[in-house]
Amino acid sequence: MKETIKKKLSWAWHVFFPQRVKSNLSVWQRMKMNKVNYLMLAPYFILFTLFTIIPVIASLVLGFTYFNMLEAPKFTGLSNYISIFLNDDIFKLAIKNTIIFALLTGPVSYVLCFILAWFINDLPRHLRTFMTLVFYAPSLSGNLYLIWQFIFSDDQYGLVNSFLMTFMDLGIIKDPIKWFTDEKYIMITLIIVQLWLSLGAGFLALGAGFKTADATLYEAGAIDGIKNRFQELVYITIPSMKRQMLFAAVMQISSSFAVGNISVQLCGFPSTNYAGHTIMTHIHDFGTVRYDMGYACALSTLLLLIMLIMNKVITTVLVEKD
Amino acid sequence: MAKKMHGIKSHSLKTKRVNRSTGGNVAVFLMLIILGSFMLLPVVYTVVQAFKPMEELFLFPPRFMVQNPTIKNFKLISQLIDNLWVPFSRYLFNSVFVSAVGTAGNVIIASMAAYPLAKNDFPGKKILFKIVTIALLFSGGVLGLAQYIIMAKLHMINTYWALILPSVATPMGLFLMKQFMEGISTSLLEAARLDGMNEFQIYWHIVMPNVKPAWLTMIIFAFQGMWSMTGGNFIYKENLKMLPTALAQIQSGGIARAGVAAAANLLMFIPPVLMFLITQSSIMETMAHAGIKE
Repeated sequence: MKETIKKKLSWAWHVFFPQRVKSNLSVWQRMKMNKVNYLMLAPYFILFTLFTIIPVIASLVLGFTYFNMLEAPKFTGLSNYISIFLNDDIFKLAIKNTIIFALLTGPVSYVLCFILAWFINDLPRHLRTFMTLVFYAPSLSGNLYLIWQFIFSDDQYGLVNSFLMTFMDLGIIKDPIKWFTDEKYIMITLIIVQLWLSLGAGFLALGAGFKTADATLYEAGAIDGIKNRFQELVYITIPSMKRQMLFAAVMQISSSFAVGNISVQLCGFPSTNYAGHTIMTHIHDFGTVRYDMGYACALSTLLLLIMLIMNKVITTVLVEKD
Repeated sequence: MAKKMHGIKSHSLKTKRVNRSTGGNVAVFLMLIILGSFMLLPVVYTVVQAFKPMEELFLFPPRFMVQNPTIKNFKLISQLIDNLWVPFSRYLFNSVFVSAVGTAGNVIIASMAAYPLAKNDFPGKKILFKIVTIALLFSGGVLGLAQYIIMAKLHMINTYWALILPSVATPMGLFLMKQFMEGISTSLLEAARLDGMNEFQIYWHIVMPNVKPAWLTMIIFAFQGMWSMTGGNFIYKENLKMLPTALAQIQSGGIARAGVAAAANLLMFIPPVLMFLITQSSIMETMAHAGIKE
């Protein structure tokens, strides 16, 4: 038993810290040679350690404690994780919803980010800036999405309900649909809002990536017999955009697995029968409502693990294509 | 010489248009228009709401467009501003100062760290970058408490530093810059080293101009993040709080302030949009310089 755990741990260790190539110089000598590099890293990593790494480590550790934020944390071993998996029925719902969100919005918005950035790149200057703004505007302001409250309002004053009820007197629906409070509609409504919000950092980075792509490559490609825009995409654009595509993919993972805020803001908390509940809203529940910080930290650790696995898969796929 | 350069530039601009069929262009435009409307309509609705008089906000059946546009909502803001706990100009200064310093610091410090991680080889490089990736993916909203304790130990509670410093070292900024910098040709950097430039000079004079689209993009991310900060956990003195706090005061007052809230949100939205337009059109100017990639 112990042996297998050891094996697995060392496997994990090698995944995260692959072996360095051996060189003639000792590590210390190489470090001294590279003094200036560490100097350049220093300002960032000092601040990053203080305000991100230490808090992240603290919450990884707190995941193994009971901590109500009033008394000192008590070490409880794996009990948080055990209750998450054995006693927490809401967590099952949360993880199901999170995966539905991630699988539906993640790939769709990733493809959209790429295709739209690619199309827009062909447009003349001012039109290009305008279209980029159109697609990025929802992400540009932190609370612009609250307008969906009026669009999908539960009563007949909502734009969508009123449209469906009065459009050409067809009466597509008779009674207003409770978009944000009816269990049947919560997920689909939230997915629409999330898709609307999802052309974010990845989209802009891809757009900037197209701008750094080498224009002469396209000329050379045309001479070499590339006939249409799809061949151009496959043979020139995608190979020269690998790094930006990886960035966009990671950003897409982190945003599509971390859906939660829009659910709290639009559906209220908790949403009807937890129909819009995700891991993030579950963390919100334990961290800020029930003051069970240890449990919330354990949940955060699990979410991190899920994202790391996805990140590993996507990095492998994107890098192996080289 | 200058003429020749110009010739090359316009030639390569023209070749960006090869391999484009009319049918394909039409399909692309159709798709852009359909998806664009889906993205744009809620934004337009937000703008329109701000110009609706009270009775139109609660009209049945609701109308998308405004019939009798009014600037009453905006006038009301200017009255409400006088009743704030702290003069409005103070909130404005806090937000502008923190956003400007934070954005500049973020771009410079994160890209200075990204350069060695992208182009130089030294012990610990891989591990450092792995840590950044892990931190980037850690999003639980459970960091607040530890951050507060660290801030308190550093005596930074109720100072601008509490808002600026954590935003300066973002994992996303470093990741973005590193990805773009990896595309710079190593031989270009070697040539600069042979010319006697030190690493800092290479970073500032060679690397940064070559990844201009990247840091222009990063300016948007950094600015929009800082602009929407409230000061929340680390600032308890009213005169150090940021604009969104003032906004919340203006908007409190329930349904009667629905129009005012829409108008205030619209005003808050203007600076990020301006920032976006400025940086995005500068990105367009950089295209002629492309071509020094690996």
